[in-house]
Amino acid sequence: MSLDKPYKDVPGTTIFDADMSRQGYHLNQFCMSLMKAENRARFKADERAYLDEWDMSEEQKQAVLERDLNRCIELGGNIYFLAKIGATDGKSFQQMAGSMTGMTEDQYRDMMVGGGRSVDGNRYIGEKK
Amino acid sequence: MARISASVYTSHVPAIGAALDLGKTAEPYWQRVFGGYDFSKQWLKDHKPDVIFLVFNDHATAFSLDMIPTFALGTGGEFMPADEGWGPRPVPKVIGHPKLAAHIAQSVIQDDFDLTIVNKMDVDHGLTVPLSLMCGQPQAWPCPVIPFAVNVVQYPAPSGRRCYMLGKAIRKAIESYDEPLNVQIWGTGGMSHQLQGPRAGLINKEFDTAFLDRLVSDPEGLSLMPHIDYVREAGSEGIELVMWLIARGAMNDVNGGKPPTVRHRFYHVPASNTAVGHLILENN
Repeated sequence: MSLDKPYKDVPGTTIFDADMSRQGYHLNQFCMSLMKAENRARFKADERAYLDEWDMSEEQKQAVLERDLNRCIELGGNIYFLAKIGATDGKSFQQMAGSMTGMTEDQYRDMMVGGGRSVDGNRYIGEKK
Repeated sequence: MARISASVYTSHVPAIGAALDLGKTAEPYWQRVFGGYDFSKQWLKDHKPDVIFLVFNDHATAFSLDMIPTFALGTGGEFMPADEGWGPRPVPKVIGHPKLAAHIAQSVIQDDFDLTIVNKMDVDHGLTVPLSLMCGQPQAWPCPVIPFAVNVVQYPAPSGRRCYMLGKAIRKAIESYDEPLNVQIWGTGGMSHQLQGPRAGLINKEFDTAFLDRLVSDPEGLSLMPHIDYVREAGSEGIELVMWLIARGAMNDVNGGKPPTVRHRFYHVPASNTAVGHLILENN
């Protein structure tokens, strides 16, 4: 019998459950390594070479190189780990979150100041707004 | 005997810490956030506890994917502010209370909650931002703090019900401690927010308002809310709110006593990506 995952029908959302965590283990541990200044420096000096030290899939490495956070999440990344890449790049959490929405940085900030993204129309995949 | 005098609830957004550390508190954007805590800072000075039991979550800082404890009790003598990638926050180190923490471990585990005991861990913004909001920028935190980390990073987080019942067990432990300590219990994190995917930026003021109302008047019923309701209504990271139920479960009224006094309530959108909620409840 399979487990019930009622969160699969929430739009634009990937829940970092045990199965995603399994797939993203090495990707997330790579991110974790960036908490050390010397590792940040080595990563910045040669990103590809640093990534090749990790047992990550080629897709995961490409997603990191392209800073495609949605793709990273699809491949098992978790935002709190991925945030270490953003910190290495000097990006704020708001810039990182905004980068996943297809909005410009200004548009995203303005949306937040205006009260954030409404839940109406955003509860279920395929829901009419 | 020790007793719980009050509970405090607050969000813990990292950008709040950055705004404070970089001297931006007077900017209008941030004044709207910090203004909600002016009362609270004075209140904490007037009601200084002997110990704060601080429920928070680690954000891939002390705990990587190598180990993911659901409930981790900090029993060490001190805890250093963590480097989360931007350098450690310039805040005082956190002094623990190993003697009370050991007592709580002994009691709560025998009450069927399988805690992880942690003698050494760095504490991230989840713990230091609530302290900053409530204390400002002191040279030392006003009292010892027992950190209690809850896994809300890898799904499933513990259920609201489990958290609520754990709060009751923590209360029982504290009340059986021989020294007459005045203990506050803080529940942190939330409110509605989502930091990932195309739905990032989600805020649900109606949900948050109802949560604040029910936390005061119907914590028992609120504790039964399933995870999916948090995710769908309050965003994937809104699930942090289950931590508030640990603090609420430790209050008098849900353990045969009188209803608490709501000393302060504050709500504001946004701080960065997040809705900020805050409550102070005093036991009677």
